[in-house]
Amino acid sequence: MSTALKAAGLEKTFAVGKPLFGPPKGLVRAVRPTTLEVGTGETLGIVGESGCGKSTLARMLVGLLAPSAGTIEIEGEALNRADPAEFGRRIQYVFQDPISSLNPRKTIRQIMEVPLRRLHGMGRPAREQRIREIFDSVNLREEFLDRYPHEFSGGQAQRIGVARALAAAARILVLDEPVSALDVSVQAQVLNLLARLRGEFNLTYLFISHDLAVVEAVSDRIVVLYFGAVVESGPAERVFSTPRHPYTRLLAQSAPVPGRPLTAPEQKDTELPDPLNPPPGCAFANRCPRATDICRQEDPALRPMGGDQFAACHHPHEV
Amino acid sequence: MGSYIVKRLLSAVPVLLGITLIVFLIMALIPGDPATAILGSYATPENVERLNRQLGLDEPMWKQYFIWLGNLLQGDMGRSFALNRPVLDEVLDRFGATLVLAGTSFVLCALLGVLAGVVSAARQYGLADKAITFAVIIGISVPPFFLGMMMILLFAVRLGWLPASGMYAIYGGGDLPDLLRHLIMPALALSVVATGVIGRLSRSAMLEVLRQDFIRTARAKGVHERSVIWRHALRAAMVSIIPVLGIQAGFVISGAVYIEIVFQWPGVGRMLVDAILRRDILLVQGGVVVVAACYVMFNILVDVAQSLLDPRIKT
Amino acid sequence: MSAFLKLLFRNRLAGAGAVVLAIIVVLVLLTPVLPLQPPNVTDTADRFLRPFSEGHLLGTDHLGRDLLSRLLWGTRLSLAVGFAAAIVAAVLGAAVGIIAGYFGGRIDNTIMRGIDMLMAFPYILLALAIVAALGPGLMNALIAVAAVNIPFFARNIRGITVGLAGKEFVDAARLAGLGHGRILLFELLPNVVPVIVIAMSTTIGWMILETAGLSFLGLGSQPPQADLGSMLGEARSAMITAPHTSVVPGAMILLIVMSINLLGDGVRDALDPRLKSGALSRPMAATLVERERVPEARGEGLLDIQELQTQFHVGRRIYRAVDGVSLTLEPGESLGIIGESGSGKSVTALSVMGLVASPPGVITGGAARYKGQDLIGAKYPRLRSLRGDRIAYIFQDPLSTLHPLYRVGDQLAEAILSHHSVSKAEAMQRAVGLLEDVRIPNAENRARAYPHELSGGMRQRVGIAMALANEPDIIIADEPTTALDVTVQAQILALLDDLRRDRGLAILFITHDFGVVGQLCDRVAVMYAGRIVEEGPTAEVLDDPAHPYTARLIACVPELGQGRREMAAIPGLPPAVDNLPEGCAFAPRCDKATPACRAGDIPLAGTERRRVRCIHPETDVEAVA
Repeated sequence: MSTALKAAGLEKTFAVGKPLFGPPKGLVRAVRPTTLEVGTGETLGIVGESGCGKSTLARMLVGLLAPSAGTIEIEGEALNRADPAEFGRRIQYVFQDPISSLNPRKTIRQIMEVPLRRLHGMGRPAREQRIREIFDSVNLREEFLDRYPHEFSGGQAQRIGVARALAAAARILVLDEPVSALDVSVQAQVLNLLARLRGEFNLTYLFISHDLAVVEAVSDRIVVLYFGAVVESGPAERVFSTPRHPYTRLLAQSAPVPGRPLTAPEQKDTELPDPLNPPPGCAFANRCPRATDICRQEDPALRPMGGDQFAACHHPHEV
Repeated sequence: MGSYIVKRLLSAVPVLLGITLIVFLIMALIPGDPATAILGSYATPENVERLNRQLGLDEPMWKQYFIWLGNLLQGDMGRSFALNRPVLDEVLDRFGATLVLAGTSFVLCALLGVLAGVVSAARQYGLADKAITFAVIIGISVPPFFLGMMMILLFAVRLGWLPASGMYAIYGGGDLPDLLRHLIMPALALSVVATGVIGRLSRSAMLEVLRQDFIRTARAKGVHERSVIWRHALRAAMVSIIPVLGIQAGFVISGAVYIEIVFQWPGVGRMLVDAILRRDILLVQGGVVVVAACYVMFNILVDVAQSLLDPRIKT
Repeated sequence: MSAFLKLLFRNRLAGAGAVVLAIIVVLVLLTPVLPLQPPNVTDTADRFLRPFSEGHLLGTDHLGRDLLSRLLWGTRLSLAVGFAAAIVAAVLGAAVGIIAGYFGGRIDNTIMRGIDMLMAFPYILLALAIVAALGPGLMNALIAVAAVNIPFFARNIRGITVGLAGKEFVDAARLAGLGHGRILLFELLPNVVPVIVIAMSTTIGWMILETAGLSFLGLGSQPPQADLGSMLGEARSAMITAPHTSVVPGAMILLIVMSINLLGDGVRDALDPRLKSGALSRPMAATLVERERVPEARGEGLLDIQELQTQFHVGRRIYRAVDGVSLTLEPGESLGIIGESGSGKSVTALSVMGLVASPPGVITGGAARYKGQDLIGAKYPRLRSLRGDRIAYIFQDPLSTLHPLYRVGDQLAEAILSHHSVSKAEAMQRAVGLLEDVRIPNAENRARAYPHELSGGMRQRVGIAMALANEPDIIIADEPTTALDVTVQAQILALLDDLRRDRGLAILFITHDFGVVGQLCDRVAVMYAGRIVEEGPTAEVLDDPAHPYTARLIACVPELGQGRREMAAIPGLPPAVDNLPEGCAFAPRCDKATPACRAGDIPLAGTERRRVRCIHPETDVEAVA
């Protein structure tokens, strides 16, 4: 399997309270150095709660945000400048809120034509042909093309969003919470469509979500983010069934499952550390039942745990 | 809190500098020889010469600005050639009258406007709402100078209830009741437009707030409807009303120019218009800078009031 | 466009404004060809003629000039200058605003500092300074008025642009290969234009007024040319002897500005999409009730909801959000209502205490009886005394449901003080106790915090504490954990479960999550398109769903620990509740549907314990019991 996307030491620091002149008041490390590799045709699930940096990471991977450090390599080619047009031919983004990702004052046809014209310089007949093909493959009727975004339901709009990503002819899609705005019955329609398209066009997915069950159902591999860094990664079928990092374990236990008695899996502090003033050691230490002194002093590195699993923990759970 | 006020005061310094710069640049637009423009076409060559030196008009622009600014900071705004007295003295003499007029009007329009807005929103589509909405439309459409003239015609000329002009009676006046009698008409005429604007904004701010989830929460916990409107909703609505009060204060000061002309009120506004018509440039410059600076200070008060109301404002 | 005009003229005042303005504009356009006397020819013999004099319909002014002619020529000038100033200000201001808003950062900062500087002047000072420098004259007055209005447009448009620039469609356009220039022109501008039009239509009257004002002061149009302002200014000295010379131009200004303002409001309302849905209406203190029939009391349960019907009336459309829902809640019981968005589950919950926003909500039928007493028809004082006292609510998003400007302790104390006459200090003390009950550490200090200073989980604990404040019998929880992260959700659910067991609370729990229902509820009712389609003990419904909708919905939910797989989906979409099909609302999406499903009303049938609204159920609910 060849490598579709490789990110090495990717990092993003935001300055907060920046005055007109002079240095900012503080720095927030939204994404701490992160290394990812996704093979062609693979689906990598990215899981984390709010504030874990998953959207920042995604925006860097598609060139919408310039990383503070690190490199991105797509299909063997290094893309050193955050230029969305350059990235757009190779990697596309499907947004969480399907309606707001479509310009309310444009018809669907106008929206679909932009990537064909700007990224691939197609002429009018070629564009119409291509749009027809794409709409066919995402099960949308052609008459939708002359309507405006507000005329569509969330599920339909999300399929239009996927269609637009396909129009750019990118082989990699970053799916940022693509179904969390949708009802369950519609959610499955979109997920199944994505699965079919992946097989049909040999696409590579980065699937970002806070919903563990959805991520597990669609991914080959999963990485778990906490406070801007990867804390665990591994094959989808193992990460939540045999979590090594205490945070992953907490996540897995917190997901409501009918019939499982209600016990709050942690009783300690539930707050994330202050991003302006992060603790010296492991970011999870103040919530962790296994934390010891070393956890509060030394930030653990991601290390192999066997069975293709990696975790960044001084005291990982045993299998 | 104290540190917020200090911070806010410090942040006013660049704004004040900006104001002086803008005024200076606008005056630099004056075509032809500035000294002649300032002194008028009948000025003697010696006087022109002297002013040129005094203002540093033979220097480059940026240097002229700093000379002018330096003088300004020492309270020297030059002399009004028409009145033949220092600009600062004249401006300060007139300032009190404007403050009385604009201050009264501002208090009136703030109270009446917010009251009208809250009542209107609380009774949306009711009779009171319709009446207020209609009154507001007329209020924001009527030219203040025309309104003032019509008030004089009705209350001073026809009915003879109130004096038509001036700040005090020429003979035997000068006490507070006399001032109030003279103040009623101009203050009312001046507050009408701002009352309309504030009323209309307060209404929509209240409607906006009343749809918020926390109002539903207040109702769900059994808070009296009166308290829902006048405590929960009004307090939240004030967050968007207060900045408008600050802006409207500027409109009240602006309207005062017309009202002072119509009612012959001896304030800065009338002074400015007379000065422009006489091309008394230094007096215009001085008057604009002083009033603008006061307005900046007033807006700091507005910001402080806002920060007292809204704990989310920290820095 | 025609839809826009229809909306515009639905507002009668705006229509009147449009008509008046149209008449004035037509008159003004025709002025050069109308048989009028020359406006500037003086005739001192005919000074101050009264209106309706021979040959002078509106009389003459102090120089004997025909007032009607001067009025029309003056109006022409005033309108032209006002419009020109508005267009200049709008174009320049919008350009500055859109650039500042889109690029943000330093560019935005620098531009907006400059704009703030201009706004630091009361507008007339700036205008006076400009006129003082350029000299009096109509053109210079136009420049001054346009200049002082640029900051207004710039600020307004910048605000809108900042909101738009953060929208995802802008990112999508960048990824589709559009550069900044094209995004500004082709993606943002079309969205900003309505706002520019609104801002213009609401300020153009103001600008006409300002130009007239400068002319009134003698700083605008110079004699013999006259606009309305200078006519009024010239007439002022003769105000007492010949008032008509003042009244005529003054009334014209008033008429023009007022018609423009009325029209402007109409344009704003017609273009502002929020108004189309009636969203700017304020909700009344209690939901409107228009019941034709009140069902007989059954004397069941602590809370007995019978055949509840709640609708939303928007224009001529009627959305049947809740269409005949009956539910019974026993003391100490936890009943879940589950459904997808638009199923009517939240509206059912809010209807009980009259908290559905009205307008547009109307309760059109049914009853909700608390201890046998009907809440739906109850007078407001009675309803208020029960709200938060006997029946309390917990809402979804704890940031928006707490008042942002009051300390959480005060908000809790208020809940107590609304129902008990205790001292403020005692209420505060109880508030701290409540915060301890919901396991907020350091409660004494947290009581003095504002909502924005707490985390999402903490805020929801405050929300729960508020619901507990008066030891109610029933808590209605409307998706209380939906906005929270999964680890926090688990804690809140555990807390709610403990509290209800300790205090014998009855809970009506609204959710879309089967996992949550499964963990917290004794019984569950499944809603679809405003009706209950299935009801029964939670475990039975989850393990053995009877309605095809329930069965297929459960199949759609992925469960953790099952690995990678194809997921079950339900084809189609839920029906719109303003256009429900006859028969079973789920029939169009159901693979078991027969013609019988699409005809007539299908009752919720079964036993007391389990009921289903289906003629082809997956299991026989009566046999299960």
